[in-house]
Amino acid sequence: MSVITILAMKEIRDGLRNRWIAATVLLLTSLALALYFLGSAPTGNVKASSLDVTVVSLVNLSVYLLPLIALMLSFDALVGEFERGSMLLLLTYPVSRWEIVVGKFVGHMTILLIAILIGYGGTALAIALATGSSAEHWLAYIVMMASSWLLGGVFLALGYVISSLVQERATALGAAIGVWLTAVVLYDFALMGVLLADREQAISQNLFSALLAINPTDAYRVFNLTGFESVSQVAGMANIGVKFDLDPWLLLTILGMWVVLPVTITILRFDRREL
Amino acid sequence: MKNKQAAIELEGVVKRYGDKVVVNDVDLTIKQGECLLLVGHNGAGKTTLMKLILGLTRANGGKLRVLGDDPTRVSSVVSRGQLGFLPELVAFQQAMTGKEVLTFYARLKGCPVKQCNDLLERVGLQTAANQRVQTYSKGMRQRLGLAQALLGDPKLLLLDEPTTGLDPSLRQHFYNIIGDMQAKGTTSLISSHALNAFETRVDRIAMMKSGHLLACGSLTELGEQTALPIKMRITVAEGQTSRLAEHLGDNSGISQVNGHSVNLECVNDDKMIIIRRIAELGDTVKNIDIIPPRLDDIYSYYMQEHIT
Repeated sequence: MSVITILAMKEIRDGLRNRWIAATVLLLTSLALALYFLGSAPTGNVKASSLDVTVVSLVNLSVYLLPLIALMLSFDALVGEFERGSMLLLLTYPVSRWEIVVGKFVGHMTILLIAILIGYGGTALAIALATGSSAEHWLAYIVMMASSWLLGGVFLALGYVISSLVQERATALGAAIGVWLTAVVLYDFALMGVLLADREQAISQNLFSALLAINPTDAYRVFNLTGFESVSQVAGMANIGVKFDLDPWLLLTILGMWVVLPVTITILRFDRREL
Repeated sequence: MKNKQAAIELEGVVKRYGDKVVVNDVDLTIKQGECLLLVGHNGAGKTTLMKLILGLTRANGGKLRVLGDDPTRVSSVVSRGQLGFLPELVAFQQAMTGKEVLTFYARLKGCPVKQCNDLLERVGLQTAANQRVQTYSKGMRQRLGLAQALLGDPKLLLLDEPTTGLDPSLRQHFYNIIGDMQAKGTTSLISSHALNAFETRVDRIAMMKSGHLLACGSLTELGEQTALPIKMRITVAEGQTSRLAEHLGDNSGISQVNGHSVNLECVNDDKMIIIRRIAELGDTVKNIDIIPPRLDDIYSYYMQEHIT
């Protein structure tokens, strides 16, 4: 077994033991089901697929919830072990520091995957059994699950950066909440404020798109709400998507960069840290 | 060739934290199979020295070689598999059982997992193996710490205050296990305040004070260097003490005389001369107790005499 596998397995076992996985699965399942029942009421016999409606609801929910879950999983990944003293011992083992970061990342990603697969996937199965859905709707749903996983990965990575920078667990928690507020709430508020104030229209369509795309939560939202024709109709984004002029692959690349860069920074910081 | 000789080599090693010099120009070589005791006040730099050897922190100056490699280099990650370390405050994942903890570390070290049961038994934790670590007492946690240090039969064992906070029988148990490892040829570096317990169990003793290595040598060598007096108690037949005192002369360092015994103190160089003179008295002398300076005495000598 490779060192990364051993470390990842330990994170997963910890997740099972402290009920993190159970709690997350329960949360995602109940919210997904609730959204489905709430969302299916108005659609009634209209043409919109139940799955598409659920995709839209889940995207708007995930954008808040998954970053929070991911940050809570990862904010103390390093600083917690420094504080407890278990990192000191771990580093005397034949383990490289980058392997510790990657091992934790793989473990936490697996936890998120389990939660998303059971929570969102299980709900989709239930919906499909109840209503029956075509392949395209399924594809949109699966892509939504995959990109939600990626969004979780982004905030896991950001949590590690916090964890490698601060000296205390409490500081890391504060910083994690700050990152969440900024990425999920404040950034959009600020963008809206700027747009409202911008009467001369100094901000071009392209600049606005760029500003939207560099924020991982917005990239995720735009990606899912404009990526599929049927979904964007439900989301009311059918004609906006074109104007955004954001290629789905570009958005995915941006999300990927938001994973790779923070993880790299974490490894570099951790490498220089002395115990 | 050099690698075969020395397990640990330090040359002019310096470590600073900010303005504070924690390890100051330390030269130290530990041969393979040797057991070295590191003593000194709290904050003398013992733990930092261990961290340097483990590659947990980088030296600001000097050269370090551990098992033939610079411990901070990436290549040394592999050689850490031959190393066992028991930190001063050992911390484990609280929610894991003792056996799970040990299995996790065994996998990381790449040694067979079935070794865990033997080790748990060896440290006397077999009955608590399936209990969570959070229910463990200090002594049990320390035993688990020792067990993980012994995983994979390490070539080099670093123990930072291994017996602090343990009850006497457990301490004895620790000494025995450490002794077994020495007999196997394991090189060990032990930092401890249990001076008298370790003095006869180690090959050499290194004295640290304020980051400096003041002295390093066997108990006898240190005794000679410090020129601390050797105490003797000579038991003679009833009423013969004055005869002995006369025979030895005035400058023999006699400190106390009573009915049937004479106490005296002498420096190491005079020891044999005095013993021969005593022997000249034949049957009159019933017994001679020779008490060399103990590590406690040597320790306080170094800690007081040298101002650095």
